[in-house]
Amino acid sequence: MQGRHWISALALTAGLLASGAAFAQTTVRIAWYSDGNEGEVVTDLLKRFEAQNKDIKVVLDQVPYKAITENLPVQLASGQGPDIARVVDLGGVARYALDLRPYLKDAGYWEKNFGPFLPWMRPAGDDKAITGFMTQLTVTGPLVNKTLFEQAGIAMPGAKASWEDWAKAVKEVATKVQAPFPLAMDRSGHRFFGLAISEGAKVFDAKGEPAVIDDGFKRGAQRVLDWHKSGVMAKELWGSVSGAAYRGANDEFKNAQVVMYVSGSWQIAQFDKTVGDAFDWVAVPSPCGAAACTGMPGGAGLVAIKATKNPEAVAKVMEYLASEPVLSEFYARSLFVPGHLGIAAKGLDYKDASPQAKAALKVFSDQVASLSPVAYALQGYVNNRIIFNAVISRVGQAISGETTLDEAYKRIASDIEQQIAERNKK
Amino acid sequence: MASAEPAAPRGESSGAARLFAAPLSLLMRMIDWPMSALQRLIGERRMAYAFLLPNIVFFGLFVFLPLIINVVFSVTGGTALFPSQRPYVGGEQYAYLFDCGSFLDPNSCREDHFWRGVSNTARFTVFQVTAMVLFSLVTAVVLNMKIKARGFFRAVYFFPVLLSPVVVALTWKWILQRDGLLNAGITALGGERILFLVDPSWAMFWIVFVSVWAHMGFYTLILLAGLQAIPADLYEAAEMDATPRWRVFWRITLPLLWPNMIVVIVLALIKGVQTFDEVFVLTGGGPGTATLMVVHYIYETAFSNQVQNFGLAAAASVVLGLVLFALTLAQLAASNRKGAA
Repeated sequence: MQGRHWISALALTAGLLASGAAFAQTTVRIAWYSDGNEGEVVTDLLKRFEAQNKDIKVVLDQVPYKAITENLPVQLASGQGPDIARVVDLGGVARYALDLRPYLKDAGYWEKNFGPFLPWMRPAGDDKAITGFMTQLTVTGPLVNKTLFEQAGIAMPGAKASWEDWAKAVKEVATKVQAPFPLAMDRSGHRFFGLAISEGAKVFDAKGEPAVIDDGFKRGAQRVLDWHKSGVMAKELWGSVSGAAYRGANDEFKNAQVVMYVSGSWQIAQFDKTVGDAFDWVAVPSPCGAAACTGMPGGAGLVAIKATKNPEAVAKVMEYLASEPVLSEFYARSLFVPGHLGIAAKGLDYKDASPQAKAALKVFSDQVASLSPVAYALQGYVNNRIIFNAVISRVGQAISGETTLDEAYKRIASDIEQQIAERNKK
Repeated sequence: MASAEPAAPRGESSGAARLFAAPLSLLMRMIDWPMSALQRLIGERRMAYAFLLPNIVFFGLFVFLPLIINVVFSVTGGTALFPSQRPYVGGEQYAYLFDCGSFLDPNSCREDHFWRGVSNTARFTVFQVTAMVLFSLVTAVVLNMKIKARGFFRAVYFFPVLLSPVVVALTWKWILQRDGLLNAGITALGGERILFLVDPSWAMFWIVFVSVWAHMGFYTLILLAGLQAIPADLYEAAEMDATPRWRVFWRITLPLLWPNMIVVIVLALIKGVQTFDEVFVLTGGGPGTATLMVVHYIYETAFSNQVQNFGLAAAASVVLGLVLFALTLAQLAASNRKGAA
């Protein structure tokens, strides 16, 4: 009798162990930040993935943007961190990225559809690796409060209008309707370079090394300084904080305090939801400078991390999210400009978007092909954030009246040189 | 019967005490055997070290070890996280920090942000400590008087100390911003809106003001304790001599309060040099770098910039640490001199 009990107990234990092994799951962790509703959308998509792949559990850690820019690099440098991360500093994170090629079923699909963007996510000196894909392609450019123009009775400048035309128009509108921010530009080097490249900034020398300070750059910086002096721009964004701190004017735009907000395509979903029918807003093509009418390309990429213990499972999740039907749904529901050539060529139906959000997406999507090659080169440069940060920090000081622009130019050049040298120390 | 009444609470209290003491007593008995064995092994005189050991281990792990790691980082370069992967650069980071034409002109320094931080921190500390000591003293003296609702006022002045620095800074940011409460009041009275956090002078004034507002209660409490420790008979003697009130304050209150004043001055000084969180949230170091503090500079250099320059940040931390060490020595010297006198 006692022997039978032992046998039953052993059988039960073996059964439990076997069933445990059968349901053993590999966990894949994703660090994800959101500009709009994309966190909800990807959660839906991942639920479907888990239903199809019972052996993989995906944990989506939704974190603030600052955690991605400040905490993630430290985690990655220590060999820790998630298996996959949604990042914006593509060049900075590239050295920690996993080359997915050995694990992908069809690397050709990635080359074909993400080809132009793959170099943005590759470590320096590598021209083959596939480390991730763009969850959104962004284009910087202006969003305009159309209602304020109508209330002021002033016509909006046309498609090829210059920065001067816009500055004059928005100042007139703001004066008439008493809006405190005629023109607001995110305190971001990325946004500034849209203007600077339009004014002729070349950013790199003939060897491809950074040579940031040139006449075009100076024209752009002078314009921003003059706008602050003349009241076209208020000091609350560029002049209010120190260093490389980002400041946006989302709240001010939503509250109809901004006539023209130079930001980018990632704001569309947010404003579509938060502005609602409070006022009419439109995206307009990038204003023209002396050399071009361009914004900056950019975006967020979903990148696999080298330190992962489960590269096969990571590749499986990445393949699923990068597949055309899944990615189409993701872009369409998040109201993002697609960073997938096949989807972009076919066109996307943004079913959930309002007519004005659809119109804004079209304006930004139409600009992708006409952006300056300098802008693409800068976006693909591995140390681009060093340049962006140096520029906002030093131009910000000039705007606040602490230094002159000439001093700022010298500091920008030396900051960039010093930081690149520090990064290259082995 | 009358004598039995107070016995009941005593009985309850000793019952409750027994209830709480029982697990403690059990615990003591459990550790009694190993401690006795240890004492037999190392001797009674060395037992003090055994008792100190846990704290030394804790202190060593979380204070001394990071301190040593910080010094090691300050003589290395590059962006790698682990010291073993970082190249040794000797005093290069310190040389970079101290490469200045004139230490009084941050613009002449190679790392001008560090020196702007030093200059701002020095100005902030001087204004903040002066205001803090002055207002804390006045408040403590008033709260020591026999005024109505004294307990209520003591609580009111202490309340901001309980708030998180982020809450304090955000609350004041909402008050001071373009469409904040203060500007609403000013414009309602027909005045012009003032951009308090965009004007460098106003920004410095407000970070000092907010800091004093938030921390004054703590220093007031220290001074209040000092005031209450002054023997009342001294005041009675002065009153009998019809000594003027200012003379009583100057000759009795202030000299006897001086040990507490030293504590307040030195603590406020150290806290002033270390200031970061409130200023970071309130002004972000701006406008320009008008309120950029040394600790904020260290944070930005190590974590916020794309190239996380741990070596330079560690070197700046060592410099800051030495300044704080000097301030602590000054406090000890001042206390000892007073004690000897």
